[in-house]
Parts: sequence; structure tokens; C-alpha cells
Amino acid sequence: MVSIRPLPIPTPNSEPFWNGLANHQVNLQQCNDCRAWVFYPRSHCNGCLSPNLTWRKVAGNGTLYTYTVARRPTAPQFIDETPQLIAVVELNEGVRLNSVMVNVLPEALFIGMPVKPVFHQQDSATLLYFEPA
Amino acid sequence: MGLKGRAAITGVADYKNVRNYTGKRKFFLEQWAELTQMALADAGLSKHDVDGLCCAAIPESTMFAPATIAEYLGLQVNFAETVDLGGASSVSMIWRAAAAIEMGICEAVVCAAPGLPIPSNPNPLPKDPSRVYGSTSAKWGSPQAEYDVPYGNVAQNAGYALIAQRYAATYGYDERALAKIAVDQRTNAQGNPKAVFFGEPITIDDVLQSKMIADPLHILEIVMPCAGGSAVVVVSERLAKKCQHRPVYVTGFGERLTTRSVTYADDMTVSPVGPAAASAFAMSGKKPKDVDVLEAYDCYTITVLLTIEDSGFCHKGEGITFVKENGLTFNGSFPVNTHGGQLGAGQAAGMAGGMSQPVEGVRQIMGRANGRQVDNCNAALITGTGGIMSEQSAIILEGA
Ligand SMILES: [Zn+2]
Repeated sequence: MVSIRPLPIPTPNSEPFWNGLANHQVNLQQCNDCRAWVFYPRSHCNGCLSPNLTWRKVAGNGTLYTYTVARRPTAPQFIDETPQLIAVVELNEGVRLNSVMVNVLPEALFIGMPVKPVFHQQDSATLLYFEPA
Repeated sequence: MGLKGRAAITGVADYKNVRNYTGKRKFFLEQWAELTQMALADAGLSKHDVDGLCCAAIPESTMFAPATIAEYLGLQVNFAETVDLGGASSVSMIWRAAAAIEMGICEAVVCAAPGLPIPSNPNPLPKDPSRVYGSTSAKWGSPQAEYDVPYGNVAQNAGYALIAQRYAATYGYDERALAKIAVDQRTNAQGNPKAVFFGEPITIDDVLQSKMIADPLHILEIVMPCAGGSAVVVVSERLAKKCQHRPVYVTGFGERLTTRSVTYADDMTVSPVGPAAASAFAMSGKKPKDVDVLEAYDCYTITVLLTIEDSGFCHKGEGITFVKENGLTFNGSFPVNTHGGQLGAGQAAGMAGGMSQPVEGVRQIMGRANGRQVDNCNAALITGTGGIMSEQSAIILEGA
């Protein structure tokens, strides 16, 4: 039996992020007070707790901070995608996010590799995957 | 600041760890009663001495766990706490108990972590769909549900693999040194008949030839889940003097929480155990060189490596050399997880895995670790790790 992939369910705070991905753009929040970039989307800046955050469109480029090749599925819902190339990407703005590397062989991955976004359609959601830049 | 070292652990209890448990299934409440009875008997105390308890969540009652336990055991307590710090819960229960005792609000606190299977419910409830990813929350509004789960970064293996890969890229890696941690601990388990791997020593090549789960973690670098459970009794100085074994004083503690998902850690190669251990050492007036044994939470080999470095036993980035140059066995130059740790003895279900480390530290200092006793063992550092390096706690134990 193939399990259904879990999809994000946007919240009022995160809708601009997920709507951005659906339109193939990366939107991040930036704090008007301390200028910190904020990820994941929040009601308040996690640098200074200011509620004055502005959504900005960014390029979405970054580097591979770390990755693993999960040879056993991390959950049954991912069994069709083994091995999973689970990645943590650091965007050029300095924030980090979970992702998946695509269009690359596991052996070609290296930490520090420049990466660029891939807008991956997963059922009804658009997820932010990455590929070598 | 902090503890004055006037609360002591005087009794411990644990079940034998079993991989395929076929014994009588027991509710957590039954295990609480049994473990408490065993730990009090070990201390030489009676139920009437108990006036405090620290627990983790129990399956029988989503809320009000302490009152449910107090009622079942017939206890009236002045101090009760449900600790929700994952694998760090047990160590954190113990310092909370010691602090409450030093404040004078109670004199004998039971801290227990059951982990035997509970009876099968004849009318099972449907599985909660928000809990299908284990400890990773899939509830709406949880950042994990939105930014971890859809990308497959769920449960523990991937998170610790991500840490190990980053460590390797930053400081270099030697898979044989990481494997040696599992091997030395497995050697220690040969002195512990309650360990799941008692009678099954391994070699470095066994570890490196075992199945790769998530690069660079082999299956023998990952804990084996099992049935088990354990408890300790923490008492005042006054009661400690009446107990039958050498009292083991809690002389320092520290706790540090940073992120739930390690993705957002400032530096993924640095464990919050650093500030926790530094606090524990400062409070006790001890330095890393003063402890005779390290009982380190060991969900993975990388966890032990980072705990050794960040607790100050060697410089950052030198853990691999340290592990290669030291024997981590009970008779080695730097004894670690002398009961086998959770890698060698098994990780009992619930929060019980993390109670095995303090129980072993107590047994070592009491001089009751038959078959694996460290010579002249008077002080120990015990650590707990919850989530994916999310929650860290540390205590220093010292013999009277
Ligand atoms: Zn700010």
C-alpha cells in the first residue's frame, strides 16, 4: 500500500510563503526593526520579537549546509522515494530550511555546494526543493 | 548558585532490558508501583517516607499524570512534576527532585521511567493521525508539520545523520573512531546481564559492515529499542544517613534548550550539552578531569562524541582523536556508559532509556556495578539528550 505523502497545511502566518512557492517565487519575512531575515514564517521576529515583519521576494539561492542519504525511509510515506536526499539549505540571507536535493546523484553532493531552488509540485502543494546551481 | 549537594540518590531499580518482550504486560501505573516498591526497598525506605514524585507522560492519562500516579500508589506529595524533555527527562527529573529537597519542601522523591509494553486494549482507539511520525509533531500549526514533515525530515535518524555529516565536513571524520564508541560500550554491556546485547560483543568491522541507515550512520551506531524501565529515589541528607547504601549526592546540574528542529541550531555541530555540563561542573566545584565516569545519553555514536567534546573532556573538534586514544570501557582510561549505554544495553521504551544512565552512575559510585565496576569511582557526569539535540541536561553525582 502506498501511503499518501504528508503535505503542509498553511496557516494565516505562512500563507504568503506557500502562495509564493505556488507562483514559483521564494518569499521570506524580514524584520523592519533589527533587519533579521526570519524563517520559518512567524508572527514575531525571532531575533528581537518585533511584530513588524515585511514579506520580501528573494532569489532563493544558497548553499548546502548538510545532507544525508536516507537509505531506509524516514517514514512509510516516503517509501517510494528511497533513498531520500534530505538536505538542510542555508539561503544567502542566512536562514536555514529543510529540503530535498534533486537532479543530482548522491555521490555528487557535498557540503558547501551552491544550490538553487526547484519548485516541486507534490500533489496539491508546491515544495521548495533544491538542485546544484 | 544552585545546589549545595544536600540531596542524594539512595535507591535504584530497573527491569532487565528485553528486545522481544513476552512477559506480563503492565500499565505504566503498575510499573510505577513496582519500580517504586523496588527502589524504596533498595534504599531501605518505606512508602510512608515518599513526599514527592517526578514523572514523564503516562499513556493512561494525557493530563494530570502526577495525581493519577499519586492516587494509584497511595501517596500524598508536596512536590510533583511532569517533565517533558524527551530523552533528557530522567536527568532533569533528578535535579528537580534535588532542588525541591534542598528547598525543604519534600524529603523523598521518586523519579521513575516505565518502559514495558502495556496490555493490549480490547477496544483500541483509532490511531491519532497527528502522531504518525513518532515524536515529530504533525499537528496543524506546528512548525515541524509544515517545514520538516513534508520534506521527509521526520523521526531521529535523519536529524542525527545531518549533524554527523556537518561535523565531518567541519572537523573531519573517522568512521572507525565513531564505531569504536559502539564497540567499547558493547564491551561494557558484557558485564551487564540486564543488557539486550549481553553475550554479544562486536568489533569495529561489524559496525562498519552493518547496514547504512542514513549516511554516515550504520545500524549498529543507533540504539536498539527494547522493553525495560527504571527508577531512582532522591532523598534529603537526613534520610540519606538512614539508608543502607553509600549515598550518591547530586552536587550540580545544568539544563539547556535551544531548538526543536536541529535545522535551526546556531551551529549544528555544537550540542547544548556544553552550557548544561558547564553549569553542573561549576555548581559542584568539579572539573571534567575530576569525574571518574561519564554516563552520556547515547541515542547515536555522534551524540556521545559531541557530549565528550562539548562537556569539556577535550577541545572542540578533537573528539575523534580522544576516542581513539582512550579506552571507553569500564577498565579503560576514560570509562563511558559502563552498563553498555543505550547502544549496548538497549533503549527502553517511553522515557526509560535516559534513566539508565543515572541508574548506572549511582551503581558505580555505590560500588555495586558487579562485573563492570570502575575502580575508586566517586564522581560521575550524567547527561540526558532530548529530541534531536534539542534539550540537554547534566548532573554531577558524588559519593559521600
Ligand atoms: Zn527583529
